Amino acid sequence: MSATTSAGPVTDRAARDAGIAALALLAFVVIAPFVAYPFFVMQMLCIALFACAFNLLIGYVGLLSFGHAMFLGMASYVSAHAAKVWGLDPELSILTGVAAAAVLGLVSGALAIRSQGIYFAMITVALSQMIYFFCVEAPFTHGEDGIQSVPQGLAFGLFDLSKTPVLYAFVAAIFLLGFFIVYRTVNSPFGEILKAIRENEPRATSLGYRVARYKLMAFVLSAALAGLAGATKAIVVQNASLTDVGFQMSGEVVLMTLLGGMGTLYGPVLGAVIVVSMQNYLGQYVGEWVTVIQGAVFVACVLLFRRGIVGEIAKAIGWSL
Amino acid sequence: MSFLGHVITVQQLYGQLLIGLINGSFYALLSLGLAVIFGMLNIVNFAHGAFYMVGAFAAYFLLQYAHVNYWGALILSPLIVGALGALVERFLLKWISGLDHLYGLLLTFGLALVIQGVFQNQFGASGKPYPSPPELSGVFNVGFMFLPKYRAWVIVFSAVVCFATWFGIEKTKLGAYLRAATENPTLVRAFGINVPLMITLTYGFGVALAALAGVLAAPINQVRPGMGADIIAVVFAVVVIGGMGSILGSILTGFALGVIEGLTKVFYPEASNTVVFVIMAIVLIIRPSGLFGRTA
Repeated sequence: MSATTSAGPVTDRAARDAGIAALALLAFVVIAPFVAYPFFVMQMLCIALFACAFNLLIGYVGLLSFGHAMFLGMASYVSAHAAKVWGLDPELSILTGVAAAAVLGLVSGALAIRSQGIYFAMITVALSQMIYFFCVEAPFTHGEDGIQSVPQGLAFGLFDLSKTPVLYAFVAAIFLLGFFIVYRTVNSPFGEILKAIRENEPRATSLGYRVARYKLMAFVLSAALAGLAGATKAIVVQNASLTDVGFQMSGEVVLMTLLGGMGTLYGPVLGAVIVVSMQNYLGQYVGEWVTVIQGAVFVACVLLFRRGIVGEIAKAIGWSL
Repeated sequence: MSFLGHVITVQQLYGQLLIGLINGSFYALLSLGLAVIFGMLNIVNFAHGAFYMVGAFAAYFLLQYAHVNYWGALILSPLIVGALGALVERFLLKWISGLDHLYGLLLTFGLALVIQGVFQNQFGASGKPYPSPPELSGVFNVGFMFLPKYRAWVIVFSAVVCFATWFGIEKTKLGAYLRAATENPTLVRAFGINVPLMITLTYGFGVALAALAGVLAAPINQVRPGMGADIIAVVFAVVVIGGMGSILGSILTGFALGVIEGLTKVFYPEASNTVVFVIMAIVLIIRPSGLFGRTA
């Protein structure tokens, strides 16, 4: 897919631009809880990380996963189960969730990456639907009820996550860590190969790269990061439910990334902020019509600005964001 | 008879087999429409489920407000919805025809959200009853079971429509134009054939097939805004199993998977929702391009 490529910080100017953008993100994370309800911002950060994970695939490998909620939801269930039933510490619960998402990513990725383009998208739709039905039936997810009142506990045995400022710092740190992992991946030699695969897969193959293996690695990484977002969200909201594993969530993350800008580092974050805010604030006035508005935004994005908001801005000011 | 602790009666077996064939008819009609659209436009029509739902609602509206009966709706609803589809192609999809095919998927997904959202807001989540035509009420006694006439009609009629579509595409001159335009649109245009019009009509036709399935489903499953969203993932799996772009493949796979799903409901009900996806996973391991597909 055509997407703006963010080249690594090779020149002084690019390094300065990247620095300014990173500072802006940091400022946002610090200021946001004072402007909006902190609990809301924490959920937003989790979803933003989810969008960044999704963007790693569509933006840098050109793989459109239409079932990414399976990683978010599965990790959220496993992390909630680990914290509540096994009584693990929150950081270990989250890691368990991430591991579950990574394993799921490995299996589903191995099935899906053998196909390309729309075929890949359809397979991810079907696989995530299978996981959804699994979560409806499996005993540990408690079906329609979900896993309720998940304990937040002490992170690393020190930080009491039931205190909102502590929880916020914890979530913000995870978000920034996840974002940094995406940044490092994209700007590494590995990331360059991914972009080469996106631009011209046969050429990457002919250069001797094992394309399937790179795609699978990117898929697992994306699944694990989506899992990190889901597992953290379960600790924040203290429950895991079918919403996070459902098809609607898979569609929303596509919208966030498309709206913010596919293949840009900051686009998915902005897209997530806009979409989540839209659901919350606009939802109060228009109710169920939010879905219709989301659909209309989708159509408008595809027809009018395929680079997304950040992509258009980056193009206008000549930065790589 | 018993299996894994479930006690199974013969009536149950035939009953689920029949439901499986009915669902298989819908899968076949829907995946056939997807295959026809994919062959010509190279896009996966994510709005297919939405058009299936609109087709059922069109039949409902025709009955409620224009007193058009089932038989009228069976013709009018696909025509109306197909025309809407043609407009969508002409004014939305045409814009992005030169771009990456994934944009077509994204655009039709957004469209599906809009259509389903509007109906959901207007009519709520509950189903609207639609009576089956009086000519087809009652049952056939076929010896081993009572077969409701309407259900028999749905299976036979769907099979006929599927066969006619296959025949039209694979064996007629118009179909030859279509297949040629799929292979090389520029060359076919040079022969003086209006390819853009063909593309518009093809999309309209694929959508009309979805609407037809919607009308057929209306008396059986009720008319619900969510009916399309529920079925689309299964239909995608059917298309993946059958192989993209194979007309006959999508028809056979549709019917076969409906039956397998029905049988799973008898023998192992817990897996009835996932069996199609599990089969998809197995097929992907053995034949990544699908059972009837050419190598991708």
